[in-house]
Amino acid sequence: MLQKNNKVDQKNSKLDKVLNQVLRYVGMVLIVLILFGLILLISGSDPIKSYQDIFSYTLGSRYGFTEVIVSMTPVLLTALAVALPTRVGLINVGGEGQLYMGACFATWGALTFSHLPGWVLLPIMILLGMLGGAVWAFIPGLLKSLGLVNETITTLLLNSVAPMIVAFFVYGYWHSPMDTNKTAMFVPAARLPRFFNSRIDLSFFIALALLILFWLLLKYTRWGMEMKAILGNAQAAKRNGIPINRYWIIIMCAGGAIAGLAGMAQVSGFFGVLMAGFSRGVGFMGFLISWMSFGDPLAIFITSFVISVIMTGGNYLQLTVGLPFAVINILLAFTLFIVLAKPVFLQRKVA
Amino acid sequence: MGDINNELDERILVSMQGITKTFPGVLANDNIDLDIHPYEIHALLGENGAGKSTLMKILYGFYGADSGEIYYQGKPYQIRSPHDARGIQIGMVFQDLNLIPALSVAENIALFLPNLPAVLNHQQINEQIEDVSKRYSLHVNPNAKVANLSIGEQQKVEILKLLLSDAKLLILDEPTRVLAPHELEGLFIVLNKLREDGYAIILITHKMNEVFSCADRITVLRKGRVVNTVLRSEVNENDLIEMMFAKRITSVETPEKQAVDRSGTPVLELSSVSTTGEGDAIKLDDINLQIFPGEILGVAGVSGNGQKELSDLVLGIIGSSGKKLINGENVTNRSIPVVRKKGVVYIPENPLMMAAIPFMTVLENFALTNTASYIRFGGLAMDWGQIHKDALAAQEKLGFDVPLYTIAKALSGGNLQRSVIAREMSRQPELIVASYLTRGLDVQSANAARKALIRARESGAGVLFISEDLDELFKYCDRMVVLYQGRIVGVFTPEETDIYEIGHLMTGSEVLYAAEE
Ligand SMILES: Nc1ncnc2c1ncn2[C@@H]1O[C@H](COP(=O)(O)OP(=O)(O)OP(=O)(O)O)[C@@H](O)[C@H]1O
Ligand SMILES: [Mg+2]
Repeated sequence: MLQKNNKVDQKNSKLDKVLNQVLRYVGMVLIVLILFGLILLISGSDPIKSYQDIFSYTLGSRYGFTEVIVSMTPVLLTALAVALPTRVGLINVGGEGQLYMGACFATWGALTFSHLPGWVLLPIMILLGMLGGAVWAFIPGLLKSLGLVNETITTLLLNSVAPMIVAFFVYGYWHSPMDTNKTAMFVPAARLPRFFNSRIDLSFFIALALLILFWLLLKYTRWGMEMKAILGNAQAAKRNGIPINRYWIIIMCAGGAIAGLAGMAQVSGFFGVLMAGFSRGVGFMGFLISWMSFGDPLAIFITSFVISVIMTGGNYLQLTVGLPFAVINILLAFTLFIVLAKPVFLQRKVA
Repeated sequence: MGDINNELDERILVSMQGITKTFPGVLANDNIDLDIHPYEIHALLGENGAGKSTLMKILYGFYGADSGEIYYQGKPYQIRSPHDARGIQIGMVFQDLNLIPALSVAENIALFLPNLPAVLNHQQINEQIEDVSKRYSLHVNPNAKVANLSIGEQQKVEILKLLLSDAKLLILDEPTRVLAPHELEGLFIVLNKLREDGYAIILITHKMNEVFSCADRITVLRKGRVVNTVLRSEVNENDLIEMMFAKRITSVETPEKQAVDRSGTPVLELSSVSTTGEGDAIKLDDINLQIFPGEILGVAGVSGNGQKELSDLVLGIIGSSGKKLINGENVTNRSIPVVRKKGVVYIPENPLMMAAIPFMTVLENFALTNTASYIRFGGLAMDWGQIHKDALAAQEKLGFDVPLYTIAKALSGGNLQRSVIAREMSRQPELIVASYLTRGLDVQSANAARKALIRARESGAGVLFISEDLDELFKYCDRMVVLYQGRIVGVFTPEETDIYEIGHLMTGSEVLYAAEE
């Protein structure tokens, strides 16, 4: 009796929580729009017109919409690369570095096995990309579980090393005859297939599949439950016989592998070449998205989408009305700031 | 009864009127009236989950009541936060202790001092702490980090914290569960002194002898309601127990101790085991002990003398030199899953920190020590039906009724302990490591837990039984060791020794056991 009651109550309060969240997000979006409108006014554009442009381009045109998806794909992956380790209490700030290493390993595959057909070469590149990211995450995971160094610091430090390794190979060995800072274009077999006559490629669907797997893992599986326990109270989990060190290493590597996959997708799908310094902070963006979404798969999807709309719309404004890119950065910063600050006055009280 | 007020001070210090508090699915307090006078020690009794802690947390401003009023010296007073409560000099020690692990003892206490200066004078604070702790036999090292303290030491810090603050109404939620006899003695001396000075003290406890040795008045709660408030002189132990449970409870008969067969392989054997004692942890020094099938080995000692380290060592949390054998197999420095698979179960001293995941339900927590046996499709799903069945069966065996879908953090202290005991005892244990087994349990549940232990012994399990309650140790143990500063300083059978000798050894003979005079 009592237990049933409890369950019903829990469900109710869950619904309440969801409603609460939705209200908060709507409120936050409004605040951002108003603030940014002011900035647009100051910089001499018509805010209403600009907003119209942004939304009709990103959400109203087929091409614009596919571009949103394209810019969303890598951050979905890098956000997941952060979200997974947070579920065992690890903070992976190293998505950027892991992404570079993934791109680096995958490129080696693309250049070395370029004679192979796509259906062999692409899986090899995907595996190599994941391996590269995993290797880069293994170091912090190991150090953490040995109790030596905190993973936050090591992942952060390794971020600056990875691009140098990439640069070393690109400048030293792999660059094409024409350029010194990038490889030759990959052969068609090394490119991820594209869909819908757009730049959307296979990695988008892989990312979606991984998000769903992530959700299933947490919700139904034994491992998800043990991870929940480690996050909730590592000390008790350990005493209950859950191998927490093993989890720390494996989950960290899995996170790294997903970031590495993002790197592979960038070079194989988006660019088709490996450039030194290609990433433009995709890994860091994933970090922010994961934290704004509290590591929740659905929230990651929505947040990535919103951010991508802003980025893509911003790019568009830059081209059409010559809005300086710095202003788009301000918009992004506003968004992040407002979301992270979680304005108190927008919170309804949950009993 | 009725006119008790006249016998005490005219003015009521604090009066709670018509307090009601519900949690999702639970009516924790139901229209409760409670008056607290200066110059009194007021005992609050009731079975596990009766609503004692909830009522006190409302008085301390930690929870808001759904309805009801609080009067301070006759005038309505709004207590919306612990800060408000501190404003009228109410102080509280929580049942599940509430220290900041990363800070030292002195810092934790300093944070609670009234008018804390902007620049801390550490030396002065340390002196203050040492002074009070010496006066009342509550010894702690002011410089130790709280994270490394045993549960008993943490309890002492909490009590010191309260004593050093300016509180005039002291709420103590089960402060005595993990204290050694001479510390209890010290505590009651303090409480009596404070009462003489006009302080008011609310004491929650499950131990009847404590109630009768110090309380002036007693309020009994049952299922969220006040059964009655009585003067101590009006009642005896059986009356109180009947009020608490609405039935008579027969105490467990002291079990017939069977002679233990010490010829076979011991369940647990430690030979020349030493640890390094990192940080503030106690260094275990050359520990030798054997537990045979069907034997309860008691570990006596003042909390903080290596009990936590000893139980952690058996489970495999900390490594060691020397040899650790379980059922003859060498498991020195093997991982916890390996040790657990050999049939070792573990009831830790602090369930909320060391056994339960606070935000997981009782049911999920139940599954945790044994996830592998509840998997379906190779781990892709969990067999919740089976888990539910097993959890119910485990509770039924002990006569417990902890709600399965409540998160661990929301359980009453006793219910949490019950859920841990039910889980661990459901595993067909071969070696039971139990620290403060009956901590926080009401009389009925404590009996059930002890019975379960005896049943396990009868079916051939070995038990490492860590406690500070000497009566309990003498009653249930086949043999006892005394732990002092990480070393075993004595091995006895209960017949060979007495409480005084053990008391001496526990304290390193420095502090005389108070009952000796
Ligand atoms: N934060 C909470 N959320 C939900 N339920 C709670 C919460 N705190 C207490 N309860 C419930 O309220 C009831 C009374 O709990 P309380 O802690 O007051 O009991 P208690 O008398 O102190 O018991 P014990 O002797 O075991 O400490 C219990 O059923 C408990 O599960
Ligand atoms: Mg309680």
